[in-house]
Amino acid sequence: MEIHRRTMLKISVLAALGLTRKHSLFAALASARPSDVLAPGAALKAGRWAMVIDMKKCLAAKDCPDACIRACHETHNVPDLGNKKDEVKWIWRESAGHLFPGQLDEYRGAELARQSVPALCNHCANPPCTRVCPTEATFKRADGIVVMDPHRCIGCRFCMAACPYGSRSFNWKDPRPYLRKINPEYPTRTKGVVEKCTFCSERLAQGRPPACVAACSYGALVFGDLKDEKSVVVKLLHENYSIRRKPELGTEPAVYYLV
Amino acid sequence: MLDRAFVGRSGYQLWVAGLLIPIGVGLACYLDQCARGLGITGMSRDVIWGFYVAQFTFLVGVAASAVMVVLPFYLHDCREFGRIVILGEFLAVTAVVMCVLHIFVDLGQPTRVLYVLLHPAPRSVMFWDMIVLNGYLLLNLVIGWTTLDCERNATKPPGWVKPLIYLSIPWAIAIHTVTAFLYCGLPGRHLWLTALLAPRFLATAFAAGPALLILLCLLLKKTAGFDAGGEALRKLSITIAYAMIVNLFFILLEFFTAFYSGVPSHQRDLQYLFFGLEGHARMVPWMWASLAMAAASIPILLGSIRRRTHLPLAIACGMVFLSTWMDKGLGLIAGGFAISPMDAVADYAPTPPEILISLGIYAAGALLLTLLYKIVLSVREELDGR
Repeated sequence: MEIHRRTMLKISVLAALGLTRKHSLFAALASARPSDVLAPGAALKAGRWAMVIDMKKCLAAKDCPDACIRACHETHNVPDLGNKKDEVKWIWRESAGHLFPGQLDEYRGAELARQSVPALCNHCANPPCTRVCPTEATFKRADGIVVMDPHRCIGCRFCMAACPYGSRSFNWKDPRPYLRKINPEYPTRTKGVVEKCTFCSERLAQGRPPACVAACSYGALVFGDLKDEKSVVVKLLHENYSIRRKPELGTEPAVYYLV
Repeated sequence: MLDRAFVGRSGYQLWVAGLLIPIGVGLACYLDQCARGLGITGMSRDVIWGFYVAQFTFLVGVAASAVMVVLPFYLHDCREFGRIVILGEFLAVTAVVMCVLHIFVDLGQPTRVLYVLLHPAPRSVMFWDMIVLNGYLLLNLVIGWTTLDCERNATKPPGWVKPLIYLSIPWAIAIHTVTAFLYCGLPGRHLWLTALLAPRFLATAFAAGPALLILLCLLLKKTAGFDAGGEALRKLSITIAYAMIVNLFFILLEFFTAFYSGVPSHQRDLQYLFFGLEGHARMVPWMWASLAMAAASIPILLGSIRRRTHLPLAIACGMVFLSTWMDKGLGLIAGGFAISPMDAVADYAPTPPEILISLGIYAAGALLLTLLYKIVLSVREELDGR
């Protein structure tokens, strides 16, 4: 496109007016709050977000199509690299024996140990991953969600070494060629950065529950606020016996498994 | 003084030119890694750090070469070290440069490396490691260069150098301690989750650094006619022998705690490294070779004190260097990640490009060390010729 001198001058004058006027575009942007962008009250908020995984319901679903995994990975453009070495995953199936080493006995526990249930980031109250990050690219929000800014990540993988749950993935290769379908609503990542489950912070901001929770038709995944005594998760945890992964490490996971 | 590095006999020029070949190969492999990602290495979702970080850890130890000559020379007036103090300091400079390069090539986003300064995170040990390593590099470079310049001009070093020298001594302890803190502060990595890690780093460092220094002195004697002095080498070999004894003692302590307590998580990494676990025994020969060389080096080192020939000393120092390299440069990192968070055994082996990149960094270090040592030796030759 060719811009004539006259047009250029017109644009400049208009732009200058826009900059100087009190109600300019810039002033509006500067004073904007997130609530102005979203419909007021639409975002889901909590004191501390948590997930309860009902293992009984999960294991009873014999013909489960792993909808939680598929929904998460499709929503967040998680690539399928097709090998274990370069694997990127946010939520996956893992045998209970591997998830709870030392917590299941060799009688009733042995049967459970062989069966697999979902594993994801625990969004710890005391996360070792955020503590070690040298650029604060990963940090814990006030509502307990451990998030990751891939634009600030330098790819040192200290967070992965610190995570005792294997919940973080590194992009050993450019992930984009390995995406079957790209969801334009969510950014793809580049090679050389770490990524992880974010409890769907972007969906919570729109007032929607996490993709995995919404996708599970068996009601095995329950999401809610631990700080709200009336929430379903607190009710479930009061009524059922639950375990968490590697409690001896003091990380205080926010993902509970009902036995 | 810098000009001395650019003139020399044909042997020197050939060596410098020869070093450019592995540097070039390493650089080419690194450019390929930049284009294709760290996937070209042997690292994986389970073995998160590999050969690069292991070499970094080992080389932090080599940087201790300086303190083991600086401390006796400046604090205890041990005059025998007069001729080699600066060699120790420049070896430390080179080792730290190689450390920094190994961390750099390990980054997934190397262009963002300065984010560590732009968004400093004092809660991260890596932030402090960056500070102590670069500080140690600067200290040794400034101290070495200034004292050499004063030696050339036959003047006394300026007053401000002394406090820097004294500062460099605890600083050397700090680089090992903080580097150990990178590992021993991580929950769920049981091989590293031990308060003994920092002391063990120090013990291996005080063996590996001086061992390399002795080897370099013997090499300089052969190639450039530089004489470090028999007494200096004798004293250094005693240091190495005792550091190695302490190191072996520490390894014994680790074994006792792990196997007498019977706690599986403490045992499994050691089992993997020394005996093999669930059919994975890749590291076993390396670890036993490391132990055997460590044990064998001690009597040779102590025995060589009274001998005139340097061959046994050179062999013992070579064994110490290789032993600590296998321990820290191979076993430590691979062993730490051997048991994945899902309790599976994860093997690791570096790929050829990974090794070539690391080799390129070692060659760059050799080049830097050659240039620095050439300056030292040229200055000394001029002084002797006067």
